[in-house]
Amino acid sequence: MTRIAALVLLSHWRRQPVQLVTLILGLALATGLWSAVQAINGQARASYAEAAEQLGTRELATLVSTTGTIPLDRYVRLRRAGWQVSPVLEGRTKLGGRWVTVMGVDVLSHPTMTWLRPETANVTPDAILTPPGRLFAHPATIAELGTVPSEVPIVQAPNVPAGIVMTDIGTAERILQRKNQISRLIILKSQPRDLPALSDVVPDLTRISPRPQDAIARLTDSFHLNLTAFGLLAFAVGLFIVHGTIGLAFQQRRPMFRSLRALGVPLALLSRLLLAELLGLALIAGSVGLVLGYLVAAALLPDVSATLRGLYGAPVSGGLALRPVWFVSGLGMALFGALVAGAQGLRNLFHLPLLVAPGQQDWLGMTLLRMPWMAAGGVMMICAGGLGSWMIGGLLGGFVLLAGLMTGAALLLPPTLTVLLAWAARLGKGAISQWFWADLRSQLPGLSLAFMALLLALSTNIGVGTMVSSFRLTFVGWLDQRLAAELYVTARTDRQGRAVEEWLAAHSQAVLPIRYAEGSVLGQPTRIYGVVDHSTYREFWPLIHATPDVWQRLADGTGALINEQLARRAELWPGDRIELTPELTTDVVGVYSDYGNPRGQVMIGLPTLLSNFDGVAHRQFGVRVPDQQADALADRLRQQFDLPASAVRNQAAIKAGSLAVFEKTFVVTAALNVLTLGVASFAILTSLLTLWTLRLPQVAPIWALGLTRRRLLWLEVLRSTALAAMTVLLAIPLGLLLAWILLAVINVEAFGWRIPLHVFPLEWLKLGALTVLAAVVAAIIPARRLLAAPPSELLKVFTNEN
Amino acid sequence: MRTDIVAVLFALCLGSETAAQGFADLGTTAEGFAVPQRNTVLEFPADHGAHPQFRIEWWYLTATLSGPDGQPYGVQWTLFRSALQPQDGTGWQSPQLWMGHAAVTSATQHLFAERLARGGIGQAGVTASPFSAWIDNWQMTGDDDAGLDNLRLTASGSDFRYELRLDADAPLVLHGEDGYSVKSAKGQASHYYSQPAYAVEGVLYLDDQEIAVTGQGWLDREWSSQPLSPDQTGWDWFSLSFDSGARMMGFRLRGADADYTSATWIEPDGSSRSLPDGALVVEPLGFDRVAGRSIPTRWRLRLPARNLDVKVNALNPNSWMNTTFPYWEGPVSIIGSHTGGGYLEMTGYD
Amino acid sequence: MMTDEIGAENPLLRVENVSKTYGSPGENRPVLDGVSLDLRLGETLALTGESGSGKSTLLHLVGALDDFDAGEIRLGATNLSGLTDRDRAALRRTQVAMVFQQFNLIASLTVAENLRVHARLAGREDQSWLIRLTERLGLTDLLARYPEHLSGGQQQRVAIGRALAMRPRLLLADEPTGNLDEHSSAKVMDLMLELVRDAGSALFLVTHSNAIADQLDRRLHLRNGHVA
Repeated sequence: MTRIAALVLLSHWRRQPVQLVTLILGLALATGLWSAVQAINGQARASYAEAAEQLGTRELATLVSTTGTIPLDRYVRLRRAGWQVSPVLEGRTKLGGRWVTVMGVDVLSHPTMTWLRPETANVTPDAILTPPGRLFAHPATIAELGTVPSEVPIVQAPNVPAGIVMTDIGTAERILQRKNQISRLIILKSQPRDLPALSDVVPDLTRISPRPQDAIARLTDSFHLNLTAFGLLAFAVGLFIVHGTIGLAFQQRRPMFRSLRALGVPLALLSRLLLAELLGLALIAGSVGLVLGYLVAAALLPDVSATLRGLYGAPVSGGLALRPVWFVSGLGMALFGALVAGAQGLRNLFHLPLLVAPGQQDWLGMTLLRMPWMAAGGVMMICAGGLGSWMIGGLLGGFVLLAGLMTGAALLLPPTLTVLLAWAARLGKGAISQWFWADLRSQLPGLSLAFMALLLALSTNIGVGTMVSSFRLTFVGWLDQRLAAELYVTARTDRQGRAVEEWLAAHSQAVLPIRYAEGSVLGQPTRIYGVVDHSTYREFWPLIHATPDVWQRLADGTGALINEQLARRAELWPGDRIELTPELTTDVVGVYSDYGNPRGQVMIGLPTLLSNFDGVAHRQFGVRVPDQQADALADRLRQQFDLPASAVRNQAAIKAGSLAVFEKTFVVTAALNVLTLGVASFAILTSLLTLWTLRLPQVAPIWALGLTRRRLLWLEVLRSTALAAMTVLLAIPLGLLLAWILLAVINVEAFGWRIPLHVFPLEWLKLGALTVLAAVVAAIIPARRLLAAPPSELLKVFTNEN
Repeated sequence: MRTDIVAVLFALCLGSETAAQGFADLGTTAEGFAVPQRNTVLEFPADHGAHPQFRIEWWYLTATLSGPDGQPYGVQWTLFRSALQPQDGTGWQSPQLWMGHAAVTSATQHLFAERLARGGIGQAGVTASPFSAWIDNWQMTGDDDAGLDNLRLTASGSDFRYELRLDADAPLVLHGEDGYSVKSAKGQASHYYSQPAYAVEGVLYLDDQEIAVTGQGWLDREWSSQPLSPDQTGWDWFSLSFDSGARMMGFRLRGADADYTSATWIEPDGSSRSLPDGALVVEPLGFDRVAGRSIPTRWRLRLPARNLDVKVNALNPNSWMNTTFPYWEGPVSIIGSHTGGGYLEMTGYD
Repeated sequence: MMTDEIGAENPLLRVENVSKTYGSPGENRPVLDGVSLDLRLGETLALTGESGSGKSTLLHLVGALDDFDAGEIRLGATNLSGLTDRDRAALRRTQVAMVFQQFNLIASLTVAENLRVHARLAGREDQSWLIRLTERLGLTDLLARYPEHLSGGQQQRVAIGRALAMRPRLLLADEPTGNLDEHSSAKVMDLMLELVRDAGSALFLVTHSNAIADQLDRRLHLRNGHVA
């Protein structure tokens, strides 16, 4: 009996293959987008943890120099005083034409040597420690570098984080050309007793406490939260499709359920079979979704890792590793989604009367809450979001606000449309017009879910599109301001730097030294720049808050500029005071925007910098020169000082590079956005298709009352278009609100900068047109059947209840 | 892996050929390195300093001490040098590597520490005159122009520290043939001399105690490039000071085929005599379970040529140096035909 | 559940004093009021009455589709009051078959599958009987079609075939020809009576047509919930 009953239930899909495909595809898409995001996040997090472990930087304090470089003798001095410290020399260099981060450590003292595992043990100690030495890199990094021969042999080491080349410090100082220099000293765990105070041994070094949380993880958390939010949104949109189709499949099979029960299939068995069917479909869809998710993640991961490396310097390998927890969570979401979507159908089954009373029929079985309740619920969700955001605060609070707003708005959509339709009906004259609006209103409950999905997808699209475009516009403008000099030069040494400066003074309009020290502000490593007093800054520097005499204050050494990230994080604004060193506390006189940099930054007058920090490098310069002479000057500069091409870069090249990093940052956001809209479009199309197919019984009486079928068809199309257009109109303000939250709340929390909102009405127009087109297509396909149906088909409506 | 590197580099210092053989080009042959030569005349103070052209070298000081209440203590201070290539160098590029071991042992405690350093940057090294050997803040420093006669010794670990003053007025003892000490029947050898007769006084800092101590100290200097033959698995090395005023250095190199023993008998007046393979007979009497291995902590030593027949017992059987390359090193007491105290080092018990 | 004591003496179906009320307490509307009847194996019985006289309700009670308030209904040895959903389902699956006015075919099954489905659920598939039924009902050429492509008369013939394929002891029919024109109605009726006899089933048929009722062994008239 069970087998026969199951076969009968499944026979439904044989007759409704499109519905089956919709259901599986909808759930697969939802699961796929969700698991893609999970795979990306999982990969990135695993990479951070691995990297932190391999680099041995976790939980240990470090010593840094305000000048950015620690002389070797400080290390020896500390050691001779008993302090157990381990040196790290880190720098960027070109290997085989590609830039890599070289991390040189003393293999005798570095706290973590897991990167040098037994699989690399066939490299002998003297090969590592004596020239030419060995470089250790992840196979993927080596593959990126290509086969260009390097003077130092490269050894495959799977435990080295991607994008980083590990080596002994002796080799590092040679290939980085930084003899006797150290970037930082790691203070080791085990120290001898009776040590002298650090400040007595190395007064010029600053101790940086171990960060409570791994820095990279903290910096990138926001980025991953962003992705997760997108994954959830995509999943929710996918659920709308699934809910619709499952509801429809239950509704269409109600006569079958009755027949089966009349033929002696017990209700309990029927319920179990339907549950099993639901779970079976979820498993199939979930599996398809996992494959989809893997493909999407594999396609996006290179961009994600590029973003993470470019923006945060976080080491993420481009290869995707599958984790069991990922399978489980993906399938779990699919099952959960199917159960949520099917719960109502199953519940209805229990209330399904065995005997059908004629005329008892509801739309799709998707009986929603009554309108007033939906309106109240919507308002409550929005209030709860606001309240939650205020109570939780931070990035998570921002997302709570977002979630409340979006669900609330979705709930408010049907009541709002009801009110709008009531107005329209009152305005309409004539029987047909009144029937049209009234009929539309009566169908609203059945259409609500599809249009709620559309509203969410549209407003997300508008919101995210607005954010990215606003950001881009602002960023490009900011680059123009920030990169005001025409040429940027990096000399090899301080001595050469001075020579370059002298030479340039005679050959250009102005030389702006770019000099900085690595300091610590409020316990966070902060780069402190010293700038000369020059009109270039006054004209171009992208200040967002400033006192009127800002540049004068900087020049006379009584003020400091800080970047927006630092200002927002530390709540420091013009008028506040900031401690740069124990001896140097100064007024904040301005805040400048500083996109693409996750860390804090300070600008003070150059004389102030030099008198407060030792050993400030003097190697980088911005050069003002008429545009058309820039290239020629760059060439002469390279020849004069035998500088490599990369040491003299013109503004355009840097801008292009920065923009590339920017584009990478948002390529994932944009891709997920497009995918989400795609899923939503699919939802609206399938919902309308099934709904309008079921509309035949509603239309037939009107036909019988004397409307031509052609007229009916146009009314159907008009109906679909009207609803879509109203939804688009409502989605625009919602999208703008979303954009505002993204720019003013989420971005500030995630990246530390706030961006002005720009609107792009042309984009809305395009999106609106596209949506209406989808609605027209979705209405025409079933309506054409109406046109083609023989009168007997329409007549059947009156004789055949099924 | 650092453990591996260090273990390999310093394995030779601590008598393990097997660990060194794991690495192909750190074999037992001393390619490019100087090899100890018979008839070499040691020159002081120059030979107190480092010999970078030899692969391995050490400055090895042990002292048997007692506190105000008569409580016995032992102190170890060792600086090992291991060369990747037979030359010196400056900066990180130097092929010279250094390792320090320090320990304080009582009947109930054995505290130790290890230090590693690269040569060429000043973190560790040895100068001959005025004499100074150091790694990090551990130092063994001589007075101007006094060679090794007067030394100040310091070391500290996370749980101990000591500051000692060592004075000797006896001559240096050259082992083997004028300091050419043969280590196997196959002819492996090292340059080896000692100052066995220091009077020691100073302070041990243990926990929050400051313990004034006095006693005797013994410094060994040895360098080589190929100290062991391939079949030798480890050694048992004794430095004993008898109440009679005489002293004895003796060791047994354990071979697969046959053991190889060597001894130097030092008269109270400082004159010494090296005794050939077989003159010294050592036999373990009792074992203790230490760090998961069976370690002989009670011995019988016989040197018939000097009417010596003694039992040597460890003060603390758990004197296990659980350093990168682990071994046993600790103070011992002597009973039998002679009485006294000394130090015992045992390597190669895996 | 079924015993074999049913024969000419022991009725297959016994309805005694059955009452049924619809609606909430307070404004009760009695549909059946003390109805009693007997039906023997192989016998055909027509139940006539005006619309709303309660004849369909009685049929549903006998088919274990609905509950009654008082009285007793026995099908063979089984007392229908107090059965669980599971027992009722078993009864419907193996003892009773039904033909409705709206045919109630399963839309996603072909004619062939619809014909077999009840017999297979009952675990009582008889291939040669099925072939004979198909031929007699004139469905041989329609086996691969789906119900939506059949005329009303064809659909009802499929419904009759489905019901009789499992050789029920009792066939319940509720206005089986109510949706058919006069010509096909007569044809379908003749076929049904003939096949019921072949199957050896008893027939309990609800109709408002005297012409149809006259074709059956006995008839009862229901008026205002009473057997008249």
